[in-house]
Amino acid sequence: MTVALHQTPVFRRGYRFQFEPAQDAHVLLYPEGMIKLNGSAAEILKQVDGQRDVAAIIAALEAQFPGFPTLKDDVVEFIEVACGKHWIELR
Amino acid sequence: MANTGSSFAKPGVVVGQPFWLLAELTYRCPLQCPYCSNPVDFAKQGTELTTDEWIDVFRQARDMGAAQLGFSGGEPLVRQDLAQLIKASRDMGYYTNLITSGIGLTEKRIAEFAEAGLDHIQISFQAADEEVNNMLAGSRKAFAHKLEMARAVKAHGYPMVLNFVTHRHNIDSIDRIIELCIELEADFVELATCQFYGWAELNRAGLLPTKAQLERAERITSEWREKLEAQGHPCKLIFVTPDYYEERPKACMNGWGNLFLDITPDGTALPCHSARQLPVQFPNVRDASLKHIWYESFGFNRFRGYDWMPEPCRSCDEKEKDFGGCRCQAFMLTGNAENADPVCGKSEHHGIILAAREEAEMAALGMDQLQYRNEKASRIIAKV
Ligand code: SF4
Ligand code: SF4
Repeated sequence: MTVALHQTPVFRRGYRFQFEPAQDAHVLLYPEGMIKLNGSAAEILKQVDGQRDVAAIIAALEAQFPGFPTLKDDVVEFIEVACGKHWIELR
Repeated sequence: MANTGSSFAKPGVVVGQPFWLLAELTYRCPLQCPYCSNPVDFAKQGTELTTDEWIDVFRQARDMGAAQLGFSGGEPLVRQDLAQLIKASRDMGYYTNLITSGIGLTEKRIAEFAEAGLDHIQISFQAADEEVNNMLAGSRKAFAHKLEMARAVKAHGYPMVLNFVTHRHNIDSIDRIIELCIELEADFVELATCQFYGWAELNRAGLLPTKAQLERAERITSEWREKLEAQGHPCKLIFVTPDYYEERPKACMNGWGNLFLDITPDGTALPCHSARQLPVQFPNVRDASLKHIWYESFGFNRFRGYDWMPEPCRSCDEKEKDFGGCRCQAFMLTGNAENADPVCGKSEHHGIILAAREEAEMAALGMDQLQYRNEKASRIIAKV
């Protein structure tokens, strides 16, 4: 799975991203299951709105968290993994 | 209620949050499967919780950390307030799952539930489901309603889980079952062997697959898995390995009262849906708060921790891994819910499991042959 910057990630149908107060964390809920996300995964997924493409997501995160030289690669890598797990799809 | 106010909480035992809430809305059901897991005396159970009572339960559980909510039954579609319950719980932030046989499901209701915010629909195919047999026998006609509903579920944008209960008479068709599920665009396929009937019944009904059958089914499932993965196909196959060919039991639900909370139609709270058969008094949401029920009631603390265990579990170094196995299985097979699950090779009752395995192999000869042999044997005896 290779991710192109002009592609737009969307959550797969049935996958819901939300904050869980009881976990004090963002989670991804899906049929009968839940994945608890770490801070950086949550920040990336917060940007997934079905409008922004990968480039726009990277730009938004760079503005928010300046001074992380590997940010772009990290985001691309995470999106690759998330697609591989079928949490999100690229349009 | 007798136990309101008093606490049976065990000092030092860390209790998890009730992440999974199962709402058994009703025992009513249009079908009458002979193998139904509902209690036989369901007609004698108390009156069903009202809409408001259910919503109050959802609220309390959500505040305690529940995130997954399953609507089941009986057949939950029988409840006319189902859309209202879905909406209320979805608004609280639950991930909402409808677990149905598909009987009574219509396009109209599917759309109504989508509107209410339902997240997912699981269509279950029971082992005794005549439609499954029709399907396997090649009669798509009798099976048509389920297929149609499965397609409608996908058409309305839901993710879909198809759940198939297998047994010795249909497990050899696992290839066709998987094929059909993929054709229906299921997102998840659960393939489980019918274990919950209990050993005795399993044997009497001749449903227990042989080891060879199981291994074959598992192999075919993993071949499919590899194939799907190579295609980047999103469908996930979940093969629930039954434990009766193992030497160690499974850890049940991550431990007693540690993750899973089941509320029956009349409001009785259970730590597992088959726990109602145990000789343990369970609390009711009409009498106590869910918090009290979960953390302090007698029933939910009954098998928490390790102090209740007799030998061999008590001094076993694997008890933190499997909690001594399933309490219901222990009760069903040994008559004492505290005993080690007989699946365990260390259990003095393990012979029951061995006998059942053997019977599964023998039964493969066919009932007629077995009877014939007996008849012949008795004639020989009579001659002597
Ligand atoms: S469909 Fe389910 S609830 Fe209804 S009788 Fe069959 S097993 Fe029981
Ligand atoms: S003896 Fe009990 S705790 Fe030990 S492995 Fe067997 S079931 Fe588990």
